[in-house]
Amino acid sequence: MRGLAQAIRETGVSGKRLMEVCGTHTMAAARFGLRSLLEGTVRLSSGPGCPVCVTPQKDIDRFLAIGFAHGAILTSFGDMLRVPGSESSLEEARAQGVDVRIVYSCMDAVDLACETDREVVLFGVGFETTAPGVGVAVVEAQKRGLRNFSVLAAHKTMPAALEALASSDIEVHGFILPGHVSAIIGAGAYEFLPERYGMPCVISGFEPADMLQAVKVLLEQIKAQQPKVEIQYSRAVSREGNRAAQAVLNRVFEPCDAVWRGLGMIEGSGLRLRDEFAQFDAAKRFDVEVPDRPEPAGCLCGQVLAGRVDPPDCSLFGEACTPEHPVGACMVSSEGACAAWYRYRG
Amino acid sequence: MCLAVPMQVVSVEGERAEVQGAGTRRRIRTDLLPDVQTGEWVLVHAGFAIERIDAEEAAESMKLLEEMLGAVG
Repeated sequence: MRGLAQAIRETGVSGKRLMEVCGTHTMAAARFGLRSLLEGTVRLSSGPGCPVCVTPQKDIDRFLAIGFAHGAILTSFGDMLRVPGSESSLEEARAQGVDVRIVYSCMDAVDLACETDREVVLFGVGFETTAPGVGVAVVEAQKRGLRNFSVLAAHKTMPAALEALASSDIEVHGFILPGHVSAIIGAGAYEFLPERYGMPCVISGFEPADMLQAVKVLLEQIKAQQPKVEIQYSRAVSREGNRAAQAVLNRVFEPCDAVWRGLGMIEGSGLRLRDEFAQFDAAKRFDVEVPDRPEPAGCLCGQVLAGRVDPPDCSLFGEACTPEHPVGACMVSSEGACAAWYRYRG
Repeated sequence: MCLAVPMQVVSVEGERAEVQGAGTRRRIRTDLLPDVQTGEWVLVHAGFAIERIDAEEAAESMKLLEEMLGAVG
């Protein structure tokens, strides 16, 4: 690792800001002190890579409304449990009597729907790593002729968000791209970034040595002025990606506009269920209009997610907002930037 | 959330497989890797095998993962 840090310094490139866009990278970088290891050479920033963190309050409010108003069984992946909506969270709703069940796999929600007459709704949160599985669940529900299963789709896709970042005023000189999203969508999905924006990109694995290697390759691209998409995580990522997973995604979902906490609305960056699967679309099945509500006062999650500020710049960080009593999503999520900074930098 | 764990396939039955790794055994779906074989190492995410992974590298990743999970938990 020290060898890699040395090699990074020896590129002679300095003053650059690189952004990772994956919650697991955020955690790995914090856990292994990569930010301080790279100090003076590279500024490593966190972007909107935590799907839990970028889910807007309103989506959580919508999901909770289905539970409160319609008595449905709400099923969700565990990391959403404590994330605050504007007034409540899944955990709090559960304490108030809403039937909230955590599932490890979305197939568990389908099985549950087979065992009950009650409505079962799955919160479809996650990027392209998770969405194909949800697609399989919808197809399975259709195969089994289920009439009480639906998904509230809140999935988001990475390429459109990366384009929004690359074309914004946020200063980024290179992207460390997510490992497992890329295993699904393939390295080819990012080629527009170097081609249209001159942005160096490297898809990185999750070991500290992987990430340092990725940084080194990015700096080499910058030095040679030859931006491209390179795969550091070659043991799991190819140019084409996982075709079977892409096929399910395209069959069940279509792109739609989506709001990202911190980045606002990004065209074509979300996934919604196709009309063919309308009966499995909770947004169509349930009346779920909820009002817009402002973010909590003083919460800078939005700016943290866009890489505009670091967690300690938020006045609530470590004081009013800690993992034990979080205010915003970035502190609640096990992969949020604020949680990572809090846990590993005191 | 994007956490995917390397596990080894113990048996395959249609769209279901049994995998082991990190001291656990799991039943998962293979819909996203339809031609997966017994003995292969795969990345498992939220109950699905999402990609194959090289066996040797998998062993390295497992060690790191165990450390990370130990730290977060």
